[in-house]
Amino acid sequence: MLTLDNVTVSKGTFQLHTCLQVPPGITAVIGPSGGGKSTLLAAIAGFELVVSGRIGWDGIDLKGLVPGQRPVTMLFQDHNLFPHLTIAQNVGLALAPRVKLTAQQVARVDAALADVGLQGLGERKPATLSGGQVGRAALARSLLSDRPVVLLDEAFSALGPALRAEMLELVGERMAAQGRTVIVVTHDPQDARRFADQIIFVAEGVAHAPQRTADFFDYPAPAARSYLG
Amino acid sequence: MARRAVAIIRSLPAWLTAALVLALTLGTLAAVAWRAEVGRGLSAGDWSAIRFTVLQAAASAVVSVVLAIPVARALARRQFRGRGALVMLLGAPFILPVIVAVLGLLAVFGRGGLLNVGLGAVGVAPVSIYGAGGVVLAHVFFNLPLAVRLILQGWLSIPAERFRLAAQLNAPLWRVLELPMLARHMPGALLVVFLICLTSFAVALTLGGGPRATTVELAIWQAIRFDFDLGRAALLACVQFALCAMAALVAWHITPLDGFGSGLDRTVARWDQSRWDWVWLILVTLFLVLPLAMILWRGVPSLPDLGLDIYRAAGRSVLVALAATALTLGAALSLSLRGGLLVGMIGALPLAASALVMGTGLFLMVFPFVNPVTVALPVTVCVNAFMALPFALRLLSPTVADIRADYGRLAANLALGPWATLRLIILPRVRKSLSFAAGLTMALSIGDLGVVALFATPAQETLPLAMYRLMGAYRMDAAAGAAVLLLFLALGAFWVCDSRGQGDADAG
Repeated sequence: MLTLDNVTVSKGTFQLHTCLQVPPGITAVIGPSGGGKSTLLAAIAGFELVVSGRIGWDGIDLKGLVPGQRPVTMLFQDHNLFPHLTIAQNVGLALAPRVKLTAQQVARVDAALADVGLQGLGERKPATLSGGQVGRAALARSLLSDRPVVLLDEAFSALGPALRAEMLELVGERMAAQGRTVIVVTHDPQDARRFADQIIFVAEGVAHAPQRTADFFDYPAPAARSYLG
Repeated sequence: MARRAVAIIRSLPAWLTAALVLALTLGTLAAVAWRAEVGRGLSAGDWSAIRFTVLQAAASAVVSVVLAIPVARALARRQFRGRGALVMLLGAPFILPVIVAVLGLLAVFGRGGLLNVGLGAVGVAPVSIYGAGGVVLAHVFFNLPLAVRLILQGWLSIPAERFRLAAQLNAPLWRVLELPMLARHMPGALLVVFLICLTSFAVALTLGGGPRATTVELAIWQAIRFDFDLGRAALLACVQFALCAMAALVAWHITPLDGFGSGLDRTVARWDQSRWDWVWLILVTLFLVLPLAMILWRGVPSLPDLGLDIYRAAGRSVLVALAATALTLGAALSLSLRGGLLVGMIGALPLAASALVMGTGLFLMVFPFVNPVTVALPVTVCVNAFMALPFALRLLSPTVADIRADYGRLAANLALGPWATLRLIILPRVRKSLSFAAGLTMALSIGDLGVVALFATPAQETLPLAMYRLMGAYRMDAAAGAAVLLLFLALGAFWVCDSRGQGDADAG
């Protein structure tokens, strides 16, 4: 279980406060822009400094762990693949910090690519792939990493609604179903309604504890009501 | 732990580089200042050197920029076949060895040159290229193209809609659009050219001299080489440093380094044109091409007769350039990886230091311990490397900063670690800037005739110095042969390095 215990994150003059627990499955993070959604994910991933409180995973304090040492794999809004490396090399970085892989690692990369429907495209560079394929390749890398927490920071927001739905379906099948804790920042409440098990509402520097998706939409809190309109 | 390791790899080489730069600039300055005989003051000759340095730089700046205006306007509004080649030609003087250009100018404007042959045919007395006129002429040759590029950027920065609006209103373009643009762009161009001419040594060495055309840098060289008056050299070096430092900081922000003509490949759609455009374009092309053509015409036939000493000098030049390039790239990369304002300022310091001042300082530092001749080449490597550092840094550090901004978090999240990040991510992505910087450094170093002139004897001669010796002995055919070799080496080295960075790593 991912636990944020009375956490305050400071980013310039902006502060985010939160105290919550995130269970396995898909958790959507929604709320108005500038409310602190990305800051929340950045703090979990270790990119923003936590000034007080504690972030823990299964009883381990994450304090002092650099991003690469945390049990977290993250996909960003863009720049998820290195454009000068092939798709297979990009995906392989989940296994080892090198571009020449062992035969066994190559087999795992190929399997992960096949998993997301990209078999045979491993030797291509990202520039030759469509937006949806790039998203799948990044997803394949997250699949391959054995880290239990997956953060998606509007990773699919550049895609159209149909492709985005397809990606989130993949995330549900391949990640949430394996018991990983997936946290998705999205701008589209409909995405959240369709794919998330629970919702974290973030506004005005406060991340509220997760609510079951149905409850969130059926009985929205006042702040959430004005956001949902 | 890991965070510490990252910090050390990012910081240690950068601070080592910074220490070296500081030693070479401020350290040599301290050596110079300590040795300077301030008490005896500046002689009348020194004052006239200072006056000439400032006046020739001012004259060169004004002539270059004023001539650049019609040329830039013609380029801005004319689209023609070969325009790209002309824009590229305007970038070439930056990597052209100064002494090669000087020899070319001599072939056109010198005693037996094309101009005087023409004048003689119509019965006019010959003109001499030596002295103040020649110094300004050579500086215009080098800086007119730079000024054209700077001002052309200004022209292209005027939005097309404004030209359309002005044409529709039949408003005077010159008054409403062009004059305000020039008022914004000319001061920067003037300052850049002024600064470059303030520190130019090889031109003054070859075309200047005598009481009426000696620059401060030339006076330093004479004080060391002929009078062995180290106190006076040191005092003059202090003067030179003060001159440069004053202008350098201002100029740093406006020097363009945008590759060779990238972004200058479009024209402005407008509805006024003048036949004079072609005259200006032809004149500037002739002015740039004729001297080089003369070098080739005179030099190529004497290539087979070049002595073994010339080829040895060429070999030395290439080795010095390779070492300087390795040093520059390592230094620029480590400073870029560290990033930050302070590092940027340290990297820009060599702009304010003249090669001759550094050379004088190093000469004073090593003189008590070893014969300066024995360290001539290592000193040249260091000085060449650090004179090119600001340019390499300007090319590399924005690229590295972009990579950081785009992929820093991803690399951290993937736990790549500092070495893998450098090897797998940063190096492949800076290859293009790195190759261009390597090309510039190679060409600048191969063509450099500066500090090596202070230290070297024929046994340590580089190719430009050997060429200078041939010119001094009036062996002009041999000098032209050496010039062709030098031209080939400098441009060839640039091309070899730069082409390694071509091809898009992200494609395919």
